Amino acid sequence: MNNSTTILPKTKNSGCENCPQARDGHLKRLGINLDKTDFVIALAGNPNVGKSTVFNALTGLNQHTGNWPGKTVTRAEGGFQYAGANYKMVDLPGAYSLISKSADEEIARNFILFGKPDVTLIVVDATRLERNLNLVLQILEITDKVVICLNLMDEAERMGLKIDIRSLSRDLGVPVISTVARYRKGLKELLNTLSAVATGELVTKPKVRSYGNGKFSRAIKSISTRLKNEFPEIENTNWLSERLLDEDEDIIASLKSGELLDHARGDVEYSQFDAEKLTKDGIDLALNYQNEVDVIQKEATKLRMGLAVNFHDELVENHFTEAAKIASHCITYPDVKKRLYFDQALDKIVTSKTWGFPIMFLLLALVLWITITGANYPSKFLAFLLLDNVHPLLKDLSAQIHLPFWLDGVLIDGMYLATAWVISVMLPPMAIFFPLFTLLEDFGFLPRVAYNLDKIFRKAGAHGKQALTMSMGFGCNAAGVVATRIIDSPRERLIAIITNNFALCNGRWPTQILIASLFIGSLVPSYLAGLISSAAVIFVAVLGIFLTFVVSWLLSRTVLRGESSAFSLELPPYRPPRFWFTIYTSLIDRTVFVLWRAIIFALPAGALIWLVSNIDLNGISLAEYLVTWMDPFAILLGLNGIILLAYIVAIPANEIVIPTILMLTVQLSGITGIGEGSGVIFELDNQTDLMHLFEAGGWTLLTAVNLMIFSLIHNPCSTTLYTIYKETRSLKWTTISGLLPLLMGLIITFLITQAWGLF
Amino acid sequence: MQKLLSDLKYNQVAKVIKLNEGCQGFERFRLLDLGVVPGTEIRLALDNPLNDPIGYWIRGAVIALRKEQSNKIFVEIFDE
Ligand SMILES: Nc1nc2c(ncn2[C@@H]2O[C@H](COP(=O)(O)OP(=O)(O)OP(=O)(O)O)[C@@H](O)[C@H]2O)c(=O)[nH]1
Ligand SMILES: [Mg+2]
Repeated sequence: MNNSTTILPKTKNSGCENCPQARDGHLKRLGINLDKTDFVIALAGNPNVGKSTVFNALTGLNQHTGNWPGKTVTRAEGGFQYAGANYKMVDLPGAYSLISKSADEEIARNFILFGKPDVTLIVVDATRLERNLNLVLQILEITDKVVICLNLMDEAERMGLKIDIRSLSRDLGVPVISTVARYRKGLKELLNTLSAVATGELVTKPKVRSYGNGKFSRAIKSISTRLKNEFPEIENTNWLSERLLDEDEDIIASLKSGELLDHARGDVEYSQFDAEKLTKDGIDLALNYQNEVDVIQKEATKLRMGLAVNFHDELVENHFTEAAKIASHCITYPDVKKRLYFDQALDKIVTSKTWGFPIMFLLLALVLWITITGANYPSKFLAFLLLDNVHPLLKDLSAQIHLPFWLDGVLIDGMYLATAWVISVMLPPMAIFFPLFTLLEDFGFLPRVAYNLDKIFRKAGAHGKQALTMSMGFGCNAAGVVATRIIDSPRERLIAIITNNFALCNGRWPTQILIASLFIGSLVPSYLAGLISSAAVIFVAVLGIFLTFVVSWLLSRTVLRGESSAFSLELPPYRPPRFWFTIYTSLIDRTVFVLWRAIIFALPAGALIWLVSNIDLNGISLAEYLVTWMDPFAILLGLNGIILLAYIVAIPANEIVIPTILMLTVQLSGITGIGEGSGVIFELDNQTDLMHLFEAGGWTLLTAVNLMIFSLIHNPCSTTLYTIYKETRSLKWTTISGLLPLLMGLIITFLITQAWGLF
Repeated sequence: MQKLLSDLKYNQVAKVIKLNEGCQGFERFRLLDLGVVPGTEIRLALDNPLNDPIGYWIRGAVIALRKEQSNKIFVEIFDE
C-alpha cells in the first residue's frame, strides 16, 4: 500500500511540524473580514468535540465554546489567510449524523451537503473515536475533500490511549492531523494540510465502501440519475436518493417546498416551523415542480419494496462495523484501563439520590450569593464615580458653555444619568455572574443539571434539554431562545421558547437585588440582612424554575398538546476550565456585549424620561398625567403607577426599570434635598436616602414584594420577543410568548394584593 | 437470554441484540447513530436522583437514555 505518500502532506516527511521552514506560509487571522475568499472550509463533527475552538484559533474570532453538546446552534463564518490564499471557515453546530431533526443539526447537515465547501474539516474526539467515525464515514461517502482533525489528544493521552495516526489516515484514505485545539497544538500542521487539500496539491482518496452492487445500489443509482436531471443544482444526489428510499418525510417536504433547492443555491437559515411555506415564485412553477418531485418519490416507493425492511439499520451497522475495525486497528488501549476515575467519582456524587439535588441547589445559591454580595462594592464605587463626581462635572461644563436648558436636560440629566445608572447597576453583577457561569459551563456541569432534571421536564411534557436552554436564559433570555434549536421536536421547542422568560435573566437581577436588600433585608437585624436578601432573590429565581415546569405542563396539556419525545443526552467529561482565559473572554465578550445593549437602550430612554417629566400640560407634567392615570389599576396589583410606567418605558430592556422608577418617584413625590430636582435620575448610593424616597412615594413591603414578583413574571424584553419571532417566524407564538407571562404577572400580583389585605 | 437494556445493573455488561420494531423514525436513527447497533457492549455509568434517565457507557461515551428508550433495546446480559 502506498497511499500514505499520496495522502499525507509532503512536509510530514521532512520532519518537525513546528519547524518554521516546513512551509513558507504563516497564519494571518482575518476575523470577519471575508472580502475575498479563495476556499471555503466547513467545520463538521460530533457535538462538543472542539469545532468552535479550532475555528477561534484559526480565525481569531470569539465563537462561544462550552463543555456541553449543543453549544453552537448557528452558522458562523470567519476568515484566515495562509500561504497566499484566503480561506473562509464556517463553524457549524455539532451533529451525530447527516440524518437529523433538530434545527441545529439541520443547519450543519445542509451546509455539509449543499453548501459546496472546498474542504470539509471533520473534528473528531480522539477519546470517542469509534462513535465519531460513524459521521466521518457518512461524510466520506459524499465528498473526497476531507481532512480529519483528531482533537482532544491530551485527553486521549490521559486515558492512556495510543492512536496510530498514520494507519488511521491510511484506513480512511484522507489526512489525519492530531491536535489539542485548546492549547493550539498541531494547528500548523493542520493548516498545511488544509491548504494542500484545498489547492489540490494533495489528492485525497477516501476508501469508502460504495453502496455495493446489489439491489440497493441500483435503486440509489436510478433515483440519483433522475434527481440529477431534474435538479442539476442539487449536490449529493446519492445521499438524497437514500433519504427518499427511506421515506424521510422531512427531506421530502423540504424538497417539495423548494427549501432544499434554496440551500443548494445559497443561504437560507432553516426554520422548523414553516416547512409548508413555498419559497418558489410562481404557483404554476411550484406545482410543476412538486409534480416532478412526486414522480420521483413514487419511483422511490416502488423501489423500496424490493429492499430489506430496515435497510437503513444495515447502513449504520456497516458503518459501525467498519468503525470498530478501524479503531481496533489504530488504537492501543492501556493494559490496565485508565478510565477517568475522577470523572466517575464526581459524577456518582453529582447524580446521586442523596446529593444530586442539594448540590445543584447549593451551586445555584452560591453563584447568586457571590454575585449579590460581590456586586455591592463595585456598584457603590461606580455610582460614586459616575453619579457623584462625573455628573456635577458635566453640569459645570454645560453651564460654562451655556448649553440651552432643554439640551442640558436631555443630554446630561436624561441620557448621561440613565446610562451611568445602568452601568453602575448592571456592570458589577454581570461581571461577576457571567464568568462564574462560564466556569461552571466549561467544567461540564450544565449537562448534569439537564440529566438530573430531565424527569421533571418529561412529566411536564417538555424536553430534557430545556434545562440547558433554561440555564442559558439565566444569562440572557434571547440567548436562551436561540439555544432551543437543540430541541428536535417543534412542539417541545416552542414550550422551551415560551417558558424561557421564567429564567430570571441578568437584566432583571439588579431590580431583585436592590429591592430585596432595601425592603427584605431591612426586616431582620443587619448582620442577617445580606443572607436574607440573597435568600429572597434565590427564592424568586427558584420560583421562576418552578413556573417553568408549571407553564410547560399547562402548555403541553392545552395549546401544545403532546407527550414528551425521545431523549438522549451525551454527558461530556469534566474539563478543568481555563480560569483566566474564561474570566477574560466572558468579560470582554459577554459582559461588554450585554452592557453595550443596555447602554444603547438607556440613552434614548433617558432622554424620553427627562422629556416626559419636563413637558408640561397645564402645569402638570406628562409623566404625572400618565402615572395618575395608571395609578388606580396599579394599586389593584399592589404596585403603583410609577412602576407600571417604568415597565412600559423599559420594554426595550429590563435593565432600566430601576433607574426609571427612581427618577419618576423623585419627580412626582416632590421630594427635595435628594437629587438634583425635576426629572433628574439622581445619585443615590446611600440606602437610607433610597428608603426615604420610597416611603415618600408611598411604598410598602407589599409594593416591594410585588415588584420583585412582577419583575420575574411579565413580558419578555423586546430583544427577546424579536428573537422569538425570528426563531418561530410566527406572530401568533410571539404574541403568546409576550402576553402569557404578562397576564400571569398581572393575575398573580393581583391575588397577592388581595390576600395581603386579609391579614 | 433476551432482556431489556433497562434491566442492566452495575457490574454487568449488556450486548445489544436488536432494537424493538416499535422504535422507528428519528428515535431509531438517533440510537443507531449513538452506536446502539447489534453487538455493541453497554455498561451502566450513572444513577439518577429521580431514577430516570440513566447514564450508560456506549462506545466510549456516557449517554443518558430515558426508560422509554432503554425499554426498546433488546440485549443479552452478562455478569462481569
Ligand atoms: N482538553 C481539551 N479540551 C478541549 C480541546 N478542544 C476543545 N476543548 C474543550 O472542549 C469543549 C468543547 O469545545 P467547543 O469548541 O465548544 O466544541 P464544539 O465542537 O464547537 O461543540 P458544539 O458547538 O456543542 O458542537 C470546550 O470546553 C473546550 O474548551 C482539546 O484539544 N483539549
Ligand atoms: Mg461549537
